[in-house]
Amino acid sequence: MLLEVRDLKKVYEGRQRPVEAVRDLTFGLDAGDLVCLVGPSGCGKTTLLKCMAGLLAPTGGEVLLRDKRVTGPPPGMAVVFQEYGRSLFPWMSVRDNVELPLRNKGMPRRQRQELVAGALAAVGLADAHHAYPWQLSGGMQQRVAIARAVAYQPDVLLMDEPFAAVDAQTRADLEDLIRDLWRELGVTILFVTHDIDEAVYLGQRVIILSSSPTVVREVLDVDLPDQRDQLTTRSDSRFTELRSHVYAQIQAAKRESTVGSHDAARQTDLARQVLQ
Amino acid sequence: MTRGALGLSGLAGLLLIVEVLPYTGLVSADFLPPTHRIAAALADEIADAGFWLALWDTLVAWAVGLAIAVVAGIVAGIVIGAVPVLRALTASTIEFLRPIPSVALIPLAVLLYGTQIQSTLMLVVYAAFWQVLIQVLYGVRDVDPIADETARSYGLGAWARVRYLLWPTALPYVMTGVRLAAAVALVLAITAELVIGAPGLGSRIAVAQSSNAVPSMYALIAVTGLLGVTINLAARGVERLLLSWHQSVRGEVLV
Repeated sequence: MLLEVRDLKKVYEGRQRPVEAVRDLTFGLDAGDLVCLVGPSGCGKTTLLKCMAGLLAPTGGEVLLRDKRVTGPPPGMAVVFQEYGRSLFPWMSVRDNVELPLRNKGMPRRQRQELVAGALAAVGLADAHHAYPWQLSGGMQQRVAIARAVAYQPDVLLMDEPFAAVDAQTRADLEDLIRDLWRELGVTILFVTHDIDEAVYLGQRVIILSSSPTVVREVLDVDLPDQRDQLTTRSDSRFTELRSHVYAQIQAAKRESTVGSHDAARQTDLARQVLQ
Repeated sequence: MTRGALGLSGLAGLLLIVEVLPYTGLVSADFLPPTHRIAAALADEIADAGFWLALWDTLVAWAVGLAIAVVAGIVAGIVIGAVPVLRALTASTIEFLRPIPSVALIPLAVLLYGTQIQSTLMLVVYAAFWQVLIQVLYGVRDVDPIADETARSYGLGAWARVRYLLWPTALPYVMTGVRLAAAVALVLAITAELVIGAPGLGSRIAVAQSSNAVPSMYALIAVTGLLGVTINLAARGVERLLLSWHQSVRGEVLV
């Protein structure tokens, strides 16, 4: 297994009482996977992602990348954040932004230039090398951030709700871009989202999380054809079934945290019926 | 009319009032000579090698003092700002030392260096240092947490983060600090020369006053004013050049 999360637990030491954000998470990604992580809002998705990226120390459990325990940001991992405007450096041109992590690695100049040009072409920004991020639209800025991650040649690409701040049309384009990059480059992607349709549309597998304190509620295989497009895939009856199932699971997760498990069991049954 | 033309006509009005006022008898021409006599005195000064020497002395004291203050302020600001323990340790000390007016150190400067240029430098550095330090401390605090997490996730070490993230973030603040410090440094340079008698435009003003060369005194005061304006314009120019990417300079971009 390429990336493994084992018994991960994160408790924030609050001023009055400790807050348990993540209770017990175990799952894994094989090389070449495209897995979507979806859960009710406030379920600790970002906490989990930061622990996986080595930006936050877990309270218990561990994250393993190629069987090596993650204690700080590991070299083989790139993160794409939701806030592209704050993640890109406004004092650097698009090219310099993409090149910076490579320069920091000590990579020779020629190789750097090739990777940067290749990555920008792959996200459809071949002619934006000299622009500054703030001269671009939101969707294009997020493309720059994706190009920066791709040029870094990571083993695993972590994406934290990357399209939550762009408009619906741009979002559809970017979703297809991710599918294309994944198929062409063979990177392993963990895609965190709160959008159920997006999770089903993008993923080979969808990991459904419970409400906080978070555990894995279900791992769902998405048995849609590999060739997906916005029109046919989204109108596919199987797509509708899967999204209804995920939706019901998330509703159940929300209810469980407020009402109690009895009512939630009914929702889970409902979710199962949808899939049959 | 453009803003520049309006500003110039305002200045012309001031010169005209100074020219007319002595003739009305409201003020004595002994204390406020008309503009044309000040202008003539200025022409005399410009022809005098001693004037240029004094101007040079003032500029050297200003530039050297400012350079020391800026470098020290930036280094101290980044070190203190980046280490939370140091920040907590120094906060109250800075708040105590900063409000001490630099001129209160004049007796100490005289005690240490007499009328040499070091006296001027000491006052200039003290006054300018705090301007820079405070701004750098604000700048260091302004680093975006998302940008910092991005840098860390791409494996940028402490030094790389200072160079590629912290420094560009703090630069707008640094430039504000330098601009304020440049103005304060000039004030202190002239003050030190005037009060202590260290060589420079300040002591030349004192000499002109004590030898009753009132038009020359006004001419020299005008020169210090022009110096201040030039310094401010130059600082703004450098700021625009270095911060072309910053929203205060680039303006709104339509996308």
